[in-house]
Parts: sequence; C-alpha cells; structure tokens
Amino acid sequence: MPEGRRIIIFLFFLSIGIIFIGKMFYLQMFDSTYEKAADNNAIRKIIQVPFRGEVYDRFGKLIVYNTPVYDLYITPRKAVVNDTNRFCALFGITKGRFDTLTKEAWAYSRVKPSLFLKHLSKEDFAKIQDVLVDYPGFSISTTAFRTYQSKALSNALGYVAEINTNSLSDQKDDYYRQGDYVGISGLEAFYEEALRGQRGVKYRMVNSNGVEKGEYRHGDLDVSSVAGQNLFTSVDIRLQEYADSLMMHKVGSVVAIEPSTGEILSMVSAPSYDPSLLAGRNFSKYYQILALDPLKPLINRPPSAYYRPGSTFKIVQALVGLQLGILTTGSVFTHAGAPVKCHVHNTSHNDLHNAIQWSCNPYFYHAFRKILYDNTQGDTFERPAQGLQRWSELVANFGFGRKLGVDLGNEKKGNLPNVEYYNKVYKGENTWKFSNIYSLSIGEGELVVSPLKMANFAAIIANKGWYIPPHLVKGVGDKKTIDTFYKTPVPVGIDAKHFNVVHEGMRDAVLHGTVGREGKIPDIVMCGKTGTSQNQKGKDHSVFIAFAPKDNPKIAIAVFVENAGFGGFAAAPIASLIIEKYLKGRVDRKDIETKFMNMSYLANVTYNRKIVKKDSLKR
Amino acid sequence: MSQESNQIGKLDWISVGLYALFVLLGWMSIYSAVYNPEAPLWIFDEAFYTSNAGRQLIWIGTSLVLIMLIFALDFRFFESFAVFIYAAFMLALIAVPFLGVTINGSHSWFKLGGVTIQPAEFAKTATALLLAKYLNDPQVNLTKWMNQWRSALIIALPMLLIIGSNETGSALVFASFIILLYREGLPGEYPGLLIALIVLFVSSLLLSPLTIFISLLVLASLFVIILPIYQRRLPQTYVRMAGAIAIVMSLSTLVDWVVNHVLKEHQRNRIKVLLDPSFDTRGLGYQVTQSKIAIGSGGFWGKGYLGGTQTKFDFVPEQSTDFIFCTIGEEFGFVGVMSVIVLFLFFLWRLLYLADQQRSRFARAYGFGVVGILFFHFLVNIGMTIGLMPIMGIPLPFFSYGGSSLWSFTILLFIFLKLDAHRSDMLSR
Repeated sequence: MPEGRRIIIFLFFLSIGIIFIGKMFYLQMFDSTYEKAADNNAIRKIIQVPFRGEVYDRFGKLIVYNTPVYDLYITPRKAVVNDTNRFCALFGITKGRFDTLTKEAWAYSRVKPSLFLKHLSKEDFAKIQDVLVDYPGFSISTTAFRTYQSKALSNALGYVAEINTNSLSDQKDDYYRQGDYVGISGLEAFYEEALRGQRGVKYRMVNSNGVEKGEYRHGDLDVSSVAGQNLFTSVDIRLQEYADSLMMHKVGSVVAIEPSTGEILSMVSAPSYDPSLLAGRNFSKYYQILALDPLKPLINRPPSAYYRPGSTFKIVQALVGLQLGILTTGSVFTHAGAPVKCHVHNTSHNDLHNAIQWSCNPYFYHAFRKILYDNTQGDTFERPAQGLQRWSELVANFGFGRKLGVDLGNEKKGNLPNVEYYNKVYKGENTWKFSNIYSLSIGEGELVVSPLKMANFAAIIANKGWYIPPHLVKGVGDKKTIDTFYKTPVPVGIDAKHFNVVHEGMRDAVLHGTVGREGKIPDIVMCGKTGTSQNQKGKDHSVFIAFAPKDNPKIAIAVFVENAGFGGFAAAPIASLIIEKYLKGRVDRKDIETKFMNMSYLANVTYNRKIVKKDSLKR
Repeated sequence: MSQESNQIGKLDWISVGLYALFVLLGWMSIYSAVYNPEAPLWIFDEAFYTSNAGRQLIWIGTSLVLIMLIFALDFRFFESFAVFIYAAFMLALIAVPFLGVTINGSHSWFKLGGVTIQPAEFAKTATALLLAKYLNDPQVNLTKWMNQWRSALIIALPMLLIIGSNETGSALVFASFIILLYREGLPGEYPGLLIALIVLFVSSLLLSPLTIFISLLVLASLFVIILPIYQRRLPQTYVRMAGAIAIVMSLSTLVDWVVNHVLKEHQRNRIKVLLDPSFDTRGLGYQVTQSKIAIGSGGFWGKGYLGGTQTKFDFVPEQSTDFIFCTIGEEFGFVGVMSVIVLFLFFLWRLLYLADQQRSRFARAYGFGVVGILFFHFLVNIGMTIGLMPIMGIPLPFFSYGGSSLWSFTILLFIFLKLDAHRSDMLSR
C-alpha cells in the first residue's frame, strides 16, 4: 500500500504541474494582450520636435523665426532647494507661490517631472541657466513660438496652430498626434512638410515610476529629428509693408509680380491682422476675435476673393480680337447702336488705341459682337455659341476660370463663362443669344476673377504673351529647390506683335486717359488700365492693373479697393505709389502718399454680404 | 574515517545537482531583476554587495557552510535532538513578538548582527523532524484516533504561533504535512476530505448557493440512477442524500460567513483578486496583473537573459523574492518556465523515490515531509504568479532571494540527503 501512495502523491503533483504548464502556455502563447501591455508599461516614446523652418524675403531678410520659450520642470523627489528666498528672487515668484507649486508637483508624482513655471523668456533663461546646477531636480524643456519681424504679409504667411480633431483623423500618413502644431493656412500650410521637418523619436526604457533606465534595443529604433527647412520667398518685405500701409482703412488686395519670373513681390490682403496675435499662448482668444470680425481679416483675399474684372478685361477682348484677325489696330467703332453707355471722350477716330486709352464701352461691345459672329451674319442663337466657344478657349489661356497654381492653398478658380455654362444657366442649347451675354465685353456679367489672376494678367501683358505661374517661394531649404512648374513659362497663345497697341493704349490711359493726375508718376513710364467692378449691393470696386517700366518691365501689379468707385480714383494712385516705391526705392509724391494712406472707404463697405452676387456662383 | 569518505560517495548527486542548478538559476534571475542596463554592476564592485544579487551570493556561500556543518554532524543527531530542536523553535516563535523586529509589515524577524532571520522558516524543518521522530515509534499507528490527534498537535502548535505573528501564508505551509501523514498510513479519507473542502471553499466563492444546490441535486440523482446499490434501499438513500446536501449547503454558507467576517480586509482582497483578475488592476490586483504581463510578454522563447523590461524595472513588486518566477517567464519564455516546472517535478519525484528507499521510518517520514513542504511552496508560489493562487508571502524554494528562505530550504533538504547517505547504517524496524 505505501508504495502505491507514493505514486498517488506524485500523480497529484504531476496534475498540478500540468495545470501550471497549461496556464503558462495560454499566457505566453495565446494571449497577446500581455505582450502589448508590457511594451506600454516599460517603453517610453520620447518625441523630439525640431524647430520649424524660418521664412526670408527676396533679399534674405528674416521675416519669420522661432522664439524658444522655456518651461521649468520639477522632479520633486530629486528637488533640493536650500535657499528658498534666493530661488524665489531668481525666478520672480513669491514664497507662497513656490510652496503651492511644489505641493502641486508632489501631488502629481514624486518621481515624474511636472511643470513648475511656464514660458520663461530667453532673458529669464539666460539668467537662471548657470545657477540651475545648484538646484538638482529642476530641468528645462524647450518649445518655440512663431515670431514675426514684420506685421505685414500675415495673410499670405498663414498661421500655425494645434491640429484639430478632424485633420487629426483625416491625415494620410499618420504623422500628427494630438497637440501637434501644424500650418493652418497660407505658406505655413502649403509648405508644411518642408517647414516642419521630421520629428525624432527616442525609445527609452522606464521603470514603474517612470524613471528612464536607458536605451531600448540599444537605440536601434530611434529616429533622429530633421530640422525644418527655411523658406526663401520672393516677397520684398519693405514693399509689402509699404503696400500694406497704403491699404489701411480699406478692404481689398494688392498683388505685385515680377513679370520675368512670376515671383510675387507683394501680396496684401486688407484688412489684415498682427500675425503675432496668433502665435503663442493667446491663440484661441485672438482667433475668436478675428474670426468674428465682419471684415474677415483672416481671409487671404488675393487668391480667393471674387470680383468682376470690369474694364481691365477690355484688354483681353482687344488681344483675342487681334489674334483672331477680327480686329486690327485700325478697327473703328462708334458709340452708336450699343446698349452700353460711355463717358465723354474724343470719338472722332475711335480706333483700338483710343478705345483702350478711354476705356470705351461701346467699342468693346461692338468688338465682342464681331468676335462672336466672326464677321458673318447668322443664326442669333448658333453663331454666338460657336463664337463664344472659340473665345472662351482663347481667354482660358490667360488663366481665367481655372487655378494658376500659386503656392497657396486657398486659390479659387473664378469663373469664365463658356457655352456649356450658359446652356446650364438658360436651361438648354440655343436658348440664349448675344443680347444675353454682351456684358462680358466690358468685363461684367458672369465673369469672376481674383486679384491674383489680374496681376498675372498684367504680367502677361508686360511679357507680351507669356507668364510663369505666380509664386511666393523661390527656394525651399538650403539648396533652394523649387518645382520646375514655377520656372516654366506658359505662353497664352497671343502673338507678341499684338501687344504693341495695347501697351501704347495703356500708356496713354495713364498719361491722358482714364487714369487721373494722382496715378501719374513723373519719371516712370507706367502702362495701366483702370476698371470699375460692378457689384449689385454697393458702390463699385475700384480696380487697376499696370506694369512698369514700359520697356523691360520690372513690376506688374493689380490693385482692388472695394467700394471705392471708379478705378482711376483709388486703385490707380495706390498702384502708382507701390510701383514708384519699388522702382525708385522712395516715393517723391508725398502729398498723394499721405492722402491715400489716410483715405478710408470703409463707410461704403457692406458687411456680411457675398462679394459675388450671382447665386449660381455660390459654392 | 572510511565511513566518513563513504558517505560522500553515497550522497545522491542527482538531488545535489538539481539543488545547485536551482540556486544558480535563482541567482541569475535575481541578478537580472536588479540589473541596471545603464550601470551594470560586476562581482568585484563593492556596491554589488549592497544589491540583492550580491547579498544572495553571500547567502549561497553561507549555505555551503551550513551543508558542510550538516555533514559534519552525526546522522543520529537529528533523530536524537528532534525534540530539542522543535522546542527551541517553538520558544523562538513565542519570543519573536516580543524580541523581534518588523520587516515589510511582518513582525516575525530576529535581528542578529546584520542578519535578519525568520524563525517561522526553520520551524518547518523542526516540525518535520519531530513528526518523523514521533512516527518512528513502531507503536504509532495513524489509523488510530489517538495518534492522529497527537500528530495534529505537533503540526498545529507552530501553525498557531505563526498565525499569531500575522504570517498566515507561512502557517498554511504546515498543511503540507498531510502528505507525510498520508504516506505513513493516515487513512485516505483525510486528504480526500481536505481536497473536498478546498473544492467546496472555492466553489462557494465562485458560484451562487442556488447553483451549488442544483448541481448537488443533479449529482445525487446521477448517483442514484447509475449505482444500483442505492436503489435497493431508496428511503434510506434519500435521507442520506438530503443530509449530505444539507451539510454541504451549510458549509458553503459558512464559507461566505468566514470570508466576510473572519478574514481580514487584505486577505479578503487577495481572494477577490484571485477570483476576478480584472478587479482593481491598479491597486489590489496590481501585483498579479503585472506578474501576468511579465510572464505573458515572454512568449515562446522569452526576451533573452537580462532582456526583460517588466521584471527589471520594478513593475512587479517583490521581484526578487516571491515573484522571481516572473523573471524566468519573461526572459526565458515558455521554454524556460516549462523546463523549470519539469525539473522541479523531477526533483520531487527523485526525493519521493529516495524517501521510499529509507530503511528507517524516521528518515522516510522526514523525506515525505521535505517533499510536502517543497511541493506546497512550488504550488502556491508559481500559482500566484499566474493568478491561480491567492497572493501569500511564499517564496519559491532555492530560487527566491532571501537568507532565511535559502538557509532553511538548504537545511531542510540536506538533513534528508545526509540521512539518505546513511540509510545503510540505519536500523530497519
């Protein structure tokens, strides 16, 4: 019997052993929750966020940089402060505050660092840097705020803010985490990937108290951070500031382009805001205020605001007519028979030059009709449709009705009506005729453009038939790389010879035409064309496009001033001042400068109304 | 002299080899548990000897001295002095509440110079010796009630004293003497009853009274249907069954009452944690959860020696002592833990075999006592690291860090190996 009991006893042992092995097998082989839990337990990911790239102007002047701010952290168990009074004096806090902060830190954790003082300035940091070694348990962590050298250019630059929940869940490459900063608009958003650099990751093993215990897998998984790349913009920040000051108390846009390169020299959106308001700790407070402002200072108007081009568009009609051979420089039209009125001007020999100089509405009514009918008489429905098709294809080459591809995220297409468009509006083919669409001839009707498009158009005229897609950045990073897109000229399909009459007409418009006395620069040969953009709910917008000098142009410009009336009144003088400033480096016409800096058209501006009134255009 | 040299030759080298292997593996795991990858300590660093691994090395060294001492003594010493040894440790257990110091909330340690000793650890050996000595008397027959009662008294005295100093876990170890008694002729009903009670205890905690009642009814019906013997005298059977069910039900009610009113708060929580693994994983269930994470993350091959992250960075409390098995589980994986379990079972089998080879009842009984104690520690210690046993302060023999623990298991084992080496010298009765 006793021998058998040994077997019984051992069988009991064995069964326990088998149960244990079974449980181990389950824990170690099947249940992966424990494996994951272990990694979360012991491996800490430390993120190193590199500084964002800086932004420079076309002459290498720093526009945007980062200001490091320093947060002081305390690790209570290690913290030793022998001389509390000296410590408090150093950091500029009271004894009571010191006690409260220390107590809060103790309550959070004895061994994990917790925030002690937030956002110390560089000066404070310099002061404490050397003595910090005397206070074990205190450490500094660095973050950075965007800092701006200039208050101008804020709309084009855009701003940086904490990523929102939607973008966080929509992101493709899963790069951003909660609380990360990301470019929200403007260049900050467009060049986000270059500017942000690459976040670094360090894996460190930590013990149960969260204290670091060395590299995980000898740092094999670590990724070092890559600093953000600098942006070298084409903007002349001095010109930008000057243009900005001229646009004070106004709603509108200025876009100046170097015609030979497509580089944007200045891009003003008025009204604007101080960019430093949206950088730093008071972001949400100021964002709220700016977002609710009825004048919408946060919008970057130049690439996105919708206007009718007004009379500036007559140049397009002239060029298309010449290219098609339907117009010649000698084509003459009288005021008779046109449903559009004109101002008083010499019509004794109303040729193309004269019509551009005086912005003659009837001339372009007749010319447009001739373009659409192609010198023939025919069906009142079919002929204009055929003509419009050909016309719209040619006009589209100028960039109307499509995106130019500027390096900003919010560029709008605008609207260039074609046959398809009118068929939709009038619900069917052959339902509309010339009398329905003739306002296109003088740049009104369903045409919609942005200030950027008009500046580009000015550059096309200056270049006599081609443009390089306008862009704000001419180089990214130390190698100043740039997409070949921004290097490649785009022809618009109009022979260069056709531009001569346009140049002459625009020159005379400035000298003794629609541009008034205030738009003339005595010592610069500027060519310009005024425009008056109709809008149904308020006073006309003042529009002006120009380039200078006439030979070998250095600057092309478009100025839009909302509700300021006729183009020659507000937009032309402002454009002339900017051109003078750019070409001469100074402005001699001080009286005009002062007048327009102080001039306000805000009283005419109608709030909370869509700039474009056609319902069909509302998106 | 020739006798002296012979005794080394008769020493069971298989057991000694396994002992050495366990101690070595244990030390390696302790070294790993305290290993700091940023500042690894080497054996020659002075600071090394303030770490658990360094101190365990000292305990291992002194254990060798203890082994030599045991072998220097006459083998008859243990039988002759069993009563004195027992008495001495009972006195120590009585004295410890007055003269002892408190370590980790347990007031059960003596401080002798720089060394702290827990007499409860050694009381197991003393009890095994006295029990074996008592059973050595040929008059003693464990089927007799009187002898059963006296044996129980020998076991109960140290148990009660240890419970008195708040070491319930250590006291439960004495239950393992049921194996010794069973081997020495205690009727099988006793261990059977013990197991039945444990099953009842656990099921009354896990199941509702109604479930237990219905299961009992089903079980009883099955008995009646399957075993024709019960069908012959049905009325009596019904009465018996009803009585049995009534007893079981009242016992199960008693269990609830004991758990809720007799057990202390921390003991009740340990049981709760055992029954519900998701209970308070940050607080009361923290230890078991972390232990399971450590073992579970080991996978099949483990993370490699010194490669464990859970056990190294203090996630599992009591890493070097009671939860040393986690380190093996994390670093050597399923292969490692299975090897340890198989080797340990083989070790127990070897000792059982040796015990049955003894000519003297004293040596045999003592051998079964040793096996019982080792098994109980194995059962509870490994069981608690994987959430199958409630947490008690029970070390894993030979593996766990601690002077008292290593010394007492060394003494426990080597007294038996000494007796075994002399088995041909003993008188067979």
